[in-house]
Order: sequence, then structure tokens, then C-alpha cells
Amino acid sequence: MPFFEAVRLALSSIRAQKLKSFFSLVGVLIGVTFLIAVVSIVQGMNVYMTDTFAGALIGVNTFQVRQQPNFNMGNTSDEQQREWRRRPRISIEDAAYVTTHMTTPVVIARSGYDRIAVEWRGKTAKDITLNTVDAEFFTIKHWNIAEGRAFTPQEVAANASVVVLGWELAQRLFNGRDPLGQTVSIAGLPHRVIGIVAEQGNVFGMSMDKFIVTPITSPARRLTNRPHVIDDIQVQATNPLQMHAAIDEVRALMRVRRGLKPGTADNFYIETAESALSTWDQISKVLFLALPGLVGISLVVGGIVIMNIMLMAVVERTREIGIRKALGAKRSDIMAQFVVESATLSVTGAVLGIGAGIALAFTVRALTPLPAAVAPWSIGVGVGLGVLVGVVAGVYPARQASRMDPIIALGHE
Amino acid sequence: MSDVIIKLEGITREYVMGSERVLALRGVDLEIRRNEYVAIMGPSGSGKSTMMNMLGCLDTPSGGRYWLNGHEASQMKDDELARVRNKEIGFVFQTFNLLARATALANVELPLVYAGASGRDRRRRAEQALERVGLGERMHHKPNELSGGQRQRVAIARALVNNPSILLADEPTGNLDSTTSEEIMRVFGALHSQGQTVVIVTHEPDIAAHAHRVVVLRDGRVDSDRATPPRATGVAA
Repeated sequence: MPFFEAVRLALSSIRAQKLKSFFSLVGVLIGVTFLIAVVSIVQGMNVYMTDTFAGALIGVNTFQVRQQPNFNMGNTSDEQQREWRRRPRISIEDAAYVTTHMTTPVVIARSGYDRIAVEWRGKTAKDITLNTVDAEFFTIKHWNIAEGRAFTPQEVAANASVVVLGWELAQRLFNGRDPLGQTVSIAGLPHRVIGIVAEQGNVFGMSMDKFIVTPITSPARRLTNRPHVIDDIQVQATNPLQMHAAIDEVRALMRVRRGLKPGTADNFYIETAESALSTWDQISKVLFLALPGLVGISLVVGGIVIMNIMLMAVVERTREIGIRKALGAKRSDIMAQFVVESATLSVTGAVLGIGAGIALAFTVRALTPLPAAVAPWSIGVGVGLGVLVGVVAGVYPARQASRMDPIIALGHE
Repeated sequence: MSDVIIKLEGITREYVMGSERVLALRGVDLEIRRNEYVAIMGPSGSGKSTMMNMLGCLDTPSGGRYWLNGHEASQMKDDELARVRNKEIGFVFQTFNLLARATALANVELPLVYAGASGRDRRRRAEQALERVGLGERMHHKPNELSGGQRQRVAIARALVNNPSILLADEPTGNLDSTTSEEIMRVFGALHSQGQTVVIVTHEPDIAAHAHRVVVLRDGRVDSDRATPPRATGVAA
């Protein structure tokens, strides 16, 4: 029997019993839905992590010289953590040394940060990130100023008590009134508002607009670090190639400055978007490793269900098998009919699963900041798995059908 | 080629039922020639059904030899038997045995599907066969939209569509009233007069009377085999 004929026959059998067919392919449907949704979400996460996360939190062509990693999502041994804590903090002098000796063209900003509360006329905004930085920080962050202006290197040099507010903080404290020229209090220290940074949105549901920026020399700097200590030196190169050169140069300068002997490990950490993403890479690898198991279980269950449905179908259609045999169907014809029917059932489940998976991925995209991206290869794999499960599940029932004695089959009621 | 279409030589068929051995056929010799119209009769348990299955290549004998159109069917394997059923035999059953979900046309096309005919060829030949049995107008109806007589006509068209050597009917009027039975027997008579070899298995003398030769089985043997005076088909008794 021609293949196309068999598929047509299979589709008409499926249509004849829609509800039963649907239940029988639910297993495959779930398996493939899972496959498509997880792959789409993980792929979306990848895009998100690389573009938004790394871009927004670390900056393009930017790296930070730190005592220890900031983004550390994986497990770290206690020993490693103790080693990190024993390292010297980054100092103003470290930063000065690097700044004066750098030959690669870069923009450098010293930075410190902490969580604080900001107050204005009795209203308090809690859990605000205080950044005490150099004026170059604005350049590195690519921040757009919505109102007012950023502070200048002159203001940093003059220990000016000025601040620039994040969008959400400005909304919360001033609620529509003009914040420019107002004086906010950071832990009792008065600072004058000179600018507002344009809205940036959320990353992982965390607002990127709940911050306040002051010169690294302002009175508020004592809230972030002890004198002469900063959290990181932010370095921005002009392009990715220059960035690698800049990293090498900064590392060399830091080692000289700290008197590290050749062969000893760095006692500082250079954080790049790449290094922050390495943890995410590990997480996505684990997800991709666990995925085949989860999908596999659903597909095995789906295959068993389909096999049972097909065994029932063979019994129910004994007479039909008898008729077909009497009219000249060979064993291979009957075999092909039921294997194709099983495969068609399973592929139908897989196709519905692909639809459901994509729908799920887009729902996630609509409800969360994750931009789910459907991977074309996962659709191919979904269909392929559908065929595989259907054929494997169909072989045994089809064999039973093909071996029926036509006389007994024709006598079957 | 000889005119003999069916040649049975000492055919036996033995069944094992539990510990008992049952001999359904105990040595049958029979020859049927091209364009004969034969009725096989006998009481129940006479071996009629076994004979029908044997002639239709649904079953193989335990002993003896069977030639169908010059090929020895008694030695054939499963797939060869399927091929012979497809090319040489047209079955008509008591219960019609149509596929319920398929239209009359699709039912008639079925043997051609297994013969490997192309879609267009199948359709053309199935339409011709349905027109031959007078159902040209109803070919897109499903079996449950047709009367018993019409269903049996569809079955006859299906049996004819691949130009078989013999038309093998098993109690073809068993589920039909007498008027419809006569109508169906007229179709068989017409096909016979067009040159078709027809073998009907029945226990009804009225039906057997349409044939030109009646073979009576009793206890697995041929009890009598005689020509009957030709009866004018289409004339009600």
C-alpha cells in the first residue's frame, strides 16, 4: 500500500474517534510541549543574559576590578569564599596607579555602593542602591539623563554634595513634583538633586531605576566604604579587541602594584560580562542535561499509551483486518497500515505539542521579562521524536494485526 | 491454457480442537471450468464453509492439491495467497463486509489499492464496476446510507473490480429479503452470461437453483455433482 494512502487512512481513523485519539496522544503532546518550551525559554534566557543582563549590569566592553566576583550564581566552596575575604580590598591608590599607568585608551571610574534609605520631607524610600562614583561612571553606564544633568569631574574634585536619582526613586519621593534643586537626605546627610536618569526597566523583575548616584568624594561616600577603599574600578574600552588588551594591561599593573611574584595567583578579580555569564552557562548546561530525561519519561509513557490504544484498535478492527486480508492485503500491508497509523497519531501529538510549547514560551515571554526564543532545531527534534515514538509503539500491535488468520478475523463480531 | 480454473485433488482439511481432531474435508475432488455457474450446497457441518475458505485461498489444505488458474495454491505461502486472493478471487459475503467508514467508491477501490493501481486508475475502474452493478448514482454514499441490496451490489462491484478468475459468494442472499435476493441473483446471472465464472456457497435450494451445476457436500465429501436444467433468469416463479 502506498505510504500516502496509509497516512490518509490513519488520519481518517483519528478523526473518527477524536476524543480517544486526543487522550492517546496526550503523553507525546506533553513530552514535546516540554521540550519546545524549555528549549525556547533557555534559549531566550541565553539571549537575555547576553544582551540585557550583561549589558545592563556590567556594560558593553566594560570590566570591573574587584576583590571578589559580584555575580556568583553557582556554588562556591567555603574555602574559596575564605580566600576571597582574605584578599585586600581595592583601594583609591590601586585605582590611581592603574589610571596613571594605563596606555590602552579606556574610560576609568572608581565606584563604591551599598543599600541605603533616602529621605525627602518625611518620605522615606528604602532599599535604594547608593553609587558613589567618578563622573566617568555616567559614560560607562550609557545612562540617558531625563532631567537636569549628570555631575562633572569638577564637582567630584570639589567634594560636591550633589546627587542624580534613578527614575523610580524620583517618582517615589517626589510623586510628580520637580525634584531638581530639592535636597534629599541620605542617612542624615543632605544632598542636592541635579538630575534624573531615564527609566531603564527591570532585569529579572528587579527594578533598574531604584538608585541614587553621588560623587565618590561626597559626604555620602562614607556610607559605602572605609576611607581609601572602593568596591571596584570600572574600566571601559572602546571595542572588544581593545577590551582584551585593557584587561591584560590592568591585570599586569595590578600585579606590579600589589607586588605579586610570577606564578602566584591574582589577589583581585576581573569581572567581565563573560565571567558573570559563565555561571549561567553552567545552569543552562544542567537544564539541557536534565531535559532529555524529563522529555524521555513523557515520551515513554506516551509511547506505552499509544501502544495500548493501538492494541485495542487492532482488536476492535479485527473484522476490518479480515476484510482487507480477504481482498488481498499482505502481512506487510496490514503492518504498514497500523505502524503508519500509530506514527500519525504520535506525530499529531508532537505537532500539537510544538504548538503548545511555542504558546507556553510566548506566554512566559508575555508575563515575565524573559524573551523566549523558539529554536528551529527543537521543532525538528519534536517531529522526529513523534515519528520515533509512534513507530516503536506501533510495531507490536501492527505485528499482531498482520498475523491474524483472515478466516477467524472475518468471523469476528 | 486449459479451460479448467479450479482443480481439487484429494483435498483434506483437519482441525485440532482441544484434544480432538476434526476432519472437515475428507478427500474432495472437483473441477470447475471457465464460465461455469456452480452452487456448492450441503447441510451445516458438511464442510461447506471450509470448502469456501479453501477455494478462496483463505485457508490451505492439510492434504491433497489445489490448482487455481494453473497455479498450485496448496503450496503457497501467506503473501502469495494474499496476491492470489487479490488477483484471482472476488469475494461476496453474507454480511457484505464493507468498511463502514468508507464510501461505496472507496470500498470498491480497496482491492486495487492492494494491487498497487494508481489513484486515477483505481477511481476509473471502481466507477465502472459500480456502474456495472447499477450503482453509478450512489457511489459516494457510505454503507449505512444504502439498503441491504445496494450494499451487496457494492460488495459485488468490489469483488469484480480486479477482474478475478472466479466470483466466490458465500450465502450472498442470507441477509436479504426474497425480493432483494432475486435482484442480487439476477446480477450474478447477468455477470455469468458476460463470461464470469461464479461459485456460490449456499444452503438454500432456491438460490442454488440459479446455478447450472450443483455440488452437494456431505460429511466432508462430494455427495452429488450434477448439472441442473438452465433456468431463465429474471422470470419470477
